[in-house]
Order: sequence, then C-alpha cells, then structure tokens
Amino acid sequence: MTSVSVRDLSLNFGAVTVLDRLNLDINHGEFLVLLGSSGCGKSTLLNCIAGLLDVSEGQIFIKDRNVTWEEPKDRGIGMVFQSYALYPQMSVEKNLSFGLQVARVPQAEIDKRVARASEILQIQPLLKRKPAELSGGQRQRVAIGRALVRDVDVFLFDEPLSNLDAKLRSELRVEIKRLHQSLKNTMIYVTHDQIEALTLADRIAVMKGGVIQQLADPMTIYNAPENLFVAGFIGSPSMNFFRGEVAAKDGRSFVQVDGVAFDVSAYPARAGLQPGQKVVLGLRPEHVKIDEAAAGDAAHQAVVDIEEPMGADNLLWLTLAGQSMSVRIAGQRRYKPGTNVRLSFDMGVASIFDAASENRL
Amino acid sequence: MTSQTRGSARPNQWLRNLNAKIASIPMILTALVIFVGGTSWTVLYSFTNSKLLPRLSFVGLDQYVRLWAAPRWLISIENLAIYGFFSLIFSLVIGFVLAALMDQKIRFENTFRTIMLYPFALSFIVTGLVWQWLLNPQYGIQSIVRSLGWTNFNFDPLYNSDIVIYGILIAALWQGTGLVMCLMLAGLRGIDEDIWKAARVDGIPMWKTYVLVIIPMMRGVFITTLVIIASGIVKVYDLVVAQTSGGPGIASEVPAKYVYDYMFQAQNLGQGFAASTMMLVTVAIIIVPWAYLEFGGGRKRA
Amino acid sequence: MLKLVANNTIVSEYEAVPGRVTSGPHGPKPRRILSRRNIVVYGTLIVVALYYLLPLYVMIMTSLKGMPEIRIGNIFAPPVEITFEPWIKAWAQACTGLNCDGLSRGFWNSVRITVPSVIISIAVASVNGYALANWRFKGADLFFAILIIGAFIPYQVMIYPIVIVLREMGIYGTLTGLIMVHTIFGMPILTLLFRNYFAGLPEELFKAARVDGAGFWTIYFKIMLPMSLPIFVVAMILQVTGIWNDFLFGVVFTRPEYYPMTVQLNNIVNSVQGVKEYNVNMAATLLTGLVPLTIYFISGRLFVRGIAAGAVKG
Ligand SMILES: Nc1ncnc2c1ncn2[C@@H]1O[C@H](COP(=O)(O)OP(=O)(O)OP(=O)(O)O)[C@@H](O)[C@H]1O
Ligand SMILES: [Mg+2]
Repeated sequence: MTSVSVRDLSLNFGAVTVLDRLNLDINHGEFLVLLGSSGCGKSTLLNCIAGLLDVSEGQIFIKDRNVTWEEPKDRGIGMVFQSYALYPQMSVEKNLSFGLQVARVPQAEIDKRVARASEILQIQPLLKRKPAELSGGQRQRVAIGRALVRDVDVFLFDEPLSNLDAKLRSELRVEIKRLHQSLKNTMIYVTHDQIEALTLADRIAVMKGGVIQQLADPMTIYNAPENLFVAGFIGSPSMNFFRGEVAAKDGRSFVQVDGVAFDVSAYPARAGLQPGQKVVLGLRPEHVKIDEAAAGDAAHQAVVDIEEPMGADNLLWLTLAGQSMSVRIAGQRRYKPGTNVRLSFDMGVASIFDAASENRL
Repeated sequence: MTSQTRGSARPNQWLRNLNAKIASIPMILTALVIFVGGTSWTVLYSFTNSKLLPRLSFVGLDQYVRLWAAPRWLISIENLAIYGFFSLIFSLVIGFVLAALMDQKIRFENTFRTIMLYPFALSFIVTGLVWQWLLNPQYGIQSIVRSLGWTNFNFDPLYNSDIVIYGILIAALWQGTGLVMCLMLAGLRGIDEDIWKAARVDGIPMWKTYVLVIIPMMRGVFITTLVIIASGIVKVYDLVVAQTSGGPGIASEVPAKYVYDYMFQAQNLGQGFAASTMMLVTVAIIIVPWAYLEFGGGRKRA
Repeated sequence: MLKLVANNTIVSEYEAVPGRVTSGPHGPKPRRILSRRNIVVYGTLIVVALYYLLPLYVMIMTSLKGMPEIRIGNIFAPPVEITFEPWIKAWAQACTGLNCDGLSRGFWNSVRITVPSVIISIAVASVNGYALANWRFKGADLFFAILIIGAFIPYQVMIYPIVIVLREMGIYGTLTGLIMVHTIFGMPILTLLFRNYFAGLPEELFKAARVDGAGFWTIYFKIMLPMSLPIFVVAMILQVTGIWNDFLFGVVFTRPEYYPMTVQLNNIVNSVQGVKEYNVNMAATLLTGLVPLTIYFISGRLFVRGIAAGAVKG
C-alpha cells in the first residue's frame, strides 16, 4: 500500500515549467529524501503534496485518497519548514495547540497531545516561552512538535536543518531518525545536503530540473548512479570522470583515455560494451588505490600535485591521463607533492556512462 | 472510490480563494467604478456642454477651445508652470543640500530632522494662513525690515499680482522641503560606506564625490522624489485657497482651483470637466515616462 | 510588477539606520569642534532650523497678544502682556457666516470624520493588502495596478462622478459619504503599505498556518494582525494626519454643518466681514494644527516612516 503517490504531476509558474509530469510512489512508513541542487523544484513538489500550491496537471493521492484539490488541513500531513515558521506572538504551548484549536479539538485532548509531543521532543521546560526566547535547535524541535500533535500520516520536511550550525544539525539528524523509527509514519524530507540524505533515507529521489533522475536506496544511489548527473551530484569530493572510447583486446575490454587504457573487464555492464563506443568512466576517489612500489600497472603512473590531509583520511590530487583526479586514502600515510605513485582501480564498483545519453551502461 | 472522483475533479475556478475575492471587493469596486469609471466619465463629459447638470449633448472640442481662450485658465497654467518649475528646482536642491549636511555625522541629528519636518505634518490651510500672516505687508516681514531702518524695503508678494505666486512658493517650500530632505537622507544612507572610503583613498574632494559619484548613484531616489513632488504640484489647491483665494484678482489662480470653481460655483460643469481632463493629461505626461522607465526597464533587466 | 517605487526601499533603509550605529552618517569623520567645516555645517543647519521654526514662533506669539499690541508692535516680539483671550475666542466664539460658536464645532466634526474614516480605511486596506500578498488570485494584480495608477490621478478628475454616486446612494453631504470618500482615496497607499508589509513577512509562516488548518480570516486575525502592530500604527498616523488635514473633500462632500476643522478655519480667517482679529486667527490656526503636530512629536520616527510611505499621495 502506498502512502503518498504522485501521478503525472506538472506545475508551471506562468511560462516556466518547474515540475514536469513527475511520478513518485512512497511506501507506508518510508523515509524518502528529495535531494537536488538549489532551484530544482524540491520545495515546489513538497508544497504540491502539502496542498500549498495548486498543481497545473496531474494528481496526488495520500493513503489512496485523491487529495489533489483538498485543503492542506484535510490531507493528513504535517509540515516542518527551514525557517521554523513558529508564530512569534504565541508561546510554545500555543504554537503546538494552534492547529488543534482551529480544528476544535476538545481542550482535554489538546492538553494530552501537547504533553505527549513535548515529552517525545523533550521540550516540556520550554512550553511557556515565546519562540524568540529559544535557540535554533529548540525552535526546530517545537516546529516538529507542531506536526507531531496533529497525529498526521505524513510528515513533510523542507530543509529543516539548514539554518542550524553543523553540530546541532548532526544532533537533530539523529533525533529525526529516532523519531521516525518510533513513530513509523511516512516522512518526505527535502534537503540539498547529501550527508543528511544518505544517513536518513530509506530511499533517495535525486531531482534535477523538475524531473526525478533516480529513485533508489542510498547505497544504490551511491554505488550505481543511474546517470552522469546523479554520479556527479552524490559524493564529496565528487567522482572522477574520464571521457574515452571502448576498445577490445585479447578478450578484455578497455576504456582508452588520452593514451591511457583502463581495463574494465571486471565492470558489470548491463549490456556489453561496444568497441568504439564513446563513454565516460567514473571512479570514486575511495575506489582508487595507491600501490606500493611497482605492484601496479606501469601505465597508471601519476604525480601527486596537492595533498589535503583531513585527519581520518588523506586526499590526494593527482594528474592522470592529462587530467586532474582525486584519490582518498585512509590513515596517516603522507605523500609529498611531486611524488610518483602508481594507481590501481576496482572496476567492480566503477561506473560507466554512455557519453551521448549520459546513462549508465 | 467515490472519494477519488470527488477529489480529482478540478473545483470551480470562481470558488477557489473565495474569501480573498470577497475581501477584495472594495478594492475592485474602487479600481473599476471610481478610478476607471469616474475618470472615463469625466473625460467623456468634457466633450459636452453640461452646465448645471451633466448632459450628454456633445459639442466636440468646444469646451477645450473655450478653456484655452480663457485668461483665467491661461494665468492658472502660467502660475502652475512657474510654481512647478521653481518648487522642483528648489525642493531638490535645498532638500539634497540639507540631507548632505545632515549626513556629516552631526550631533542632534534627530532634533534637526524633527524641526525641518514638522511643517509637513501641518495642513496646507494652516501653512497658507501662517504665511499669509508673515507676509502681511502691514505687520509682517516687510514692516519689520522697514522698522529696522530700510524704509523703502518692499516685500508684499501676496498683494502684488506680479509676484504673488512666489509668495505661495515660499510657503510651499517651507512645508515640503523637510520631506525631500528625509527622502534624500534615506537615499544617502543607502549608499555603501565603502564608496566614501574609496573616494577618500583616491583623494577625491568631498564636493566632487557628491557630484560625480553619489548623485549619479542616487538616481532612483531623485526620480522617485521628482515624481512625488511633481504629482503634488499639479494638485496644489488648498494652499492657494488659504493664502490668497486666488487673488489679488485672479493673479494666483491654479488649475485645481479653476476646476473646483467651475464645477461647484460657476455651475459650468463642462468647463470643469475639460479643465480637470487637462490636469489628467499633465499628470500622464509626468507619470507615463517614469512608469515606462521604472517598469519597462525592469522587465528588460529580468 | 509594481513594487511601487524605490519608495519602499527608502522607508526600509531609513528604518535600518538606527540599528547600524557604525554605518550611520557617511560623511567624513568629524574633526575639531571649531573647525571651519563644523562652523559651516552647524551654522547652516541652525539658520535653516530657525527659518523652519519662525512661523511656529510667530503663530504662538501672535495668538498670545491683544489686538492693540499687535497693531503697534512687531510680530516677532514676545507678548508684553500674555492673554489667552484669543484662544478662548477662537475655540468658542469665532464666527463663520451667521454661526458664532467658534472652531469647536469644526473640531468635533473633524473628530467624527477622522475616527471612523481611519478605522474603516485601515480595516479595508489591511485585509486587501493581506489578500494581495498571501492569497493571490487571477486578476488581483490587475486591479491593484489600476489602484496604484489611480493614486496619481488628480482628485479633481474623479470628484464629480463620486458626487453623483453618493447622491444616488442618498449620502451626499453626510458624514457617511465623506467617510466613504476618505476610505476610497486612502485605499491605494494603504493597500500598498499593507501588501508590502505582509509580503515581507516570512511566507513559511503563512504556509504553516494553512497546514495547521487556519483559513483566510483565522490567519488574518490570529497570525497576521498580532505581528503587524507597527505597520498599523504607521497607517494610523498617516491616515489621522491626512484626513485631519484634508480640505478639498471636506468642502466638496459635506454640508456646512458638517464642515471639518480645516474648512471652518479657512472660513473664519478668510471671512471678509468684520475687523480682522489676527490674534484669534493665529490661535485658531494653531488649534487646527495641534492634532497633527501632537501626533508628529509623539510618534517621531514612525511618523517619518508613515509620510515617506504616504508621500506618493502628494
Ligand atoms: N512563485 C514562483 N514564481 C515563479 N517561479 C517560482 C516560484 N517559486 C519557485 N519558482 C521557481 O521554481 C523553481 C523551483 O523552486 P523550488 O523552491 O522548488 O526550488 P528548491 O529545489 O526548493 O530549491 P532550494 O534548494 O533553493 O530550496 C526555481 O527555479 C524557482 O525560481
Ligand atoms: Mg526549497
């Protein structure tokens, strides 16, 4: 049974098409993250699901009920915003109970639900305060509480942690995950922070230009990106790309890049790679190994340009096949700039895309 | 499944946002009935020979021909031109100089501003009457200066047809320059402080910085102020009524007063409508180019 | 479209000033107290300030003198003998035509005009601005554009049609009619003021309220109103001063018994009958100016904001 289902959804602002015949099915109890760069239409999609924007075309179902033209309050959704959006003139308690009062829920029931929500979020001591007297993290907790008291089926988060500093962000991230595990309701979470996406999501939908590029679980998105955009978008530093041509020799396949041949026989291609085909070879920095001495392939010799030690690991920038690439190596091992190293690659976890269609091969 | 079909139907466009539409009825009525309807009505009836009551008997451009032949209207227009020209120049210059002085990190800035702006809180009637008193030749400024020894000193603008409009101008400037100063000061405060630092580092003298850098940067503020002053000028009425009632004779008549007198006293509606239509045209000449620059230019930028 | 005029930028920049202590005035740093520059700057400002204060001073002095003293003395001299007689006379006995009950009648008329006009015009315009900012519907922008353009049309062009409309409704010459006129002509600037203010509030707040199930009026009264007190004060200052100072609408749309204070003042001072009593005239003028002046001196910075916004009205 799907919890939220979006069918052929289009949305235009005047002549600008922000969402283009978008389809999305979200399972019951699933944590779905919408990930994409700024302006790709994430908030717009979320607002459509919430009923805050009138769709131009298509339909939206929540719990198998067509809610395309229903008021936000009738959709069984709660929403948490980036700027918290707490009513400044009301105390925390009033903020939490406002929606229930509008819906004319009996006072006893309101008190019960507010008490429960504030217990879950540990904001009981703050109930009498005004939003201005709270820290950012506390405000966001109250904002979550506002959705919590309304006992909704679907939680919508629009970049809820973007306004917080790094430390608070990771704390609240864990808290949201815990909340999801105990409540088990559907959550749709917009972010452009890939760490948040990878850590929180059951599935991630990567968006670009109002279109979902890939919808899959975090590991699949990370390991087997469906196209060049997803591959480049996920991962930091981003994947190294080499444009080249497929060649075959002695029953092995290679990608020829600027005179350097990469043996891709181990690559689990969906269809066979055709010799002569123009492709893009993608290698994540952590899937490249630096081999001691002469163990590696002599052809894959590179010079260290820059070293960026990051504590837990060390990031090297090298030049290979006439282009710059990054390699992440574990531990404290240091390389001076100018050092000659040899590289080997794990083609089992590489990605190869068709150069023209940019889709995974 | 019934709920599905109910929900999927796009609801009637008229009923969406119904409350907002109901709340906007006063605005819609005002815009359509009064602003569009009223203006068109007046323009239409300016082509008729309505006298005491509006009648739809068209006489072509007769009213306009008569209007432009009437000495009183010609004087009104001349007065408006003189008054408009000088009040634009003086308000902008005085307003800007005062604002520049106020922007010199002075003490008591608030006090000075309060003093310069209070006349703007007063009505034109009050302003007109005060200056009528100050310019009274028997007791006012003229008599004081004479009593100081300059017995030939003459300053009686309100009783001299040739210069009466300047008497009104003095009162208008007293009332309005404070506002211009405030707008200009806000404009100056909106300029990045680094500009001043850069000019200092480059060794550009202060007055040159104002003329060559600051004023061009404040173009928008100047234009806005200009439009505000200009559309106020066309409407000038109360001040003249209070200060001179159009006198001596008809020497200080203005178009707005012409319109009022013909509509409500001379019972010659057609003339009043024609005159007010001319006022509308004047305003359009000011507003249209500005609106074109402001919004036409904006579209190009976007 | 129609962010009308840099005007609003001006207002907000103006407000931003007190907060930014360091980036207040921009001119070069002040040097010694008696530098040539300081003498020029302060000298000019003081002379200008005196020029602005002069009429107020003369008004007060004249209103406190007896007529004999005015005839022999000079208008700048303080009164030898202070008398409040002119004030009493202006308030309770001054004549307009056959009526000799002073300005008090005009004062109370102005109160009866101003209070409901201010309340109604602000109520209508604030709801309008709210609808425009948060509940945009097709065509709303068009009407708003007409409204703003209408703010520049000289009143003279629309007066007569309004007379006809009011006459048809049977309220021409009554206070109700005048209140309506003030509401209509206050609408462009007030709607603009409120629309810009509401549009400046975080949109997410409005969305949150909608998700919470609040509708048009609940959001207006429970969320927007409590957050918008300052702008209501600004609008009130703008309207009270504007309506109190109005002359044209007062003459055109009311009967003599309902004339507002400004009209009555003008009739008293400029009446041709009898001996001119300049001290009474000045007392009456001061009395009329008292209400807006009080508001001005009390409200200070908010007033500046109000007029900067209202300046469009001309
Ligand atoms: N009211 C509007 N009118 C016109 N265009 C709009 C409007 N709201 C959004 N857009 C456009 O729609 C596109 C998608 O906006 P949206 O807010 O959904 O982006 P987003 O993915 O949430 O970005 P961000 O990460 O910055 O929040 C943007 O290009 C934006 O410019
Ligand atoms: Mg967004």
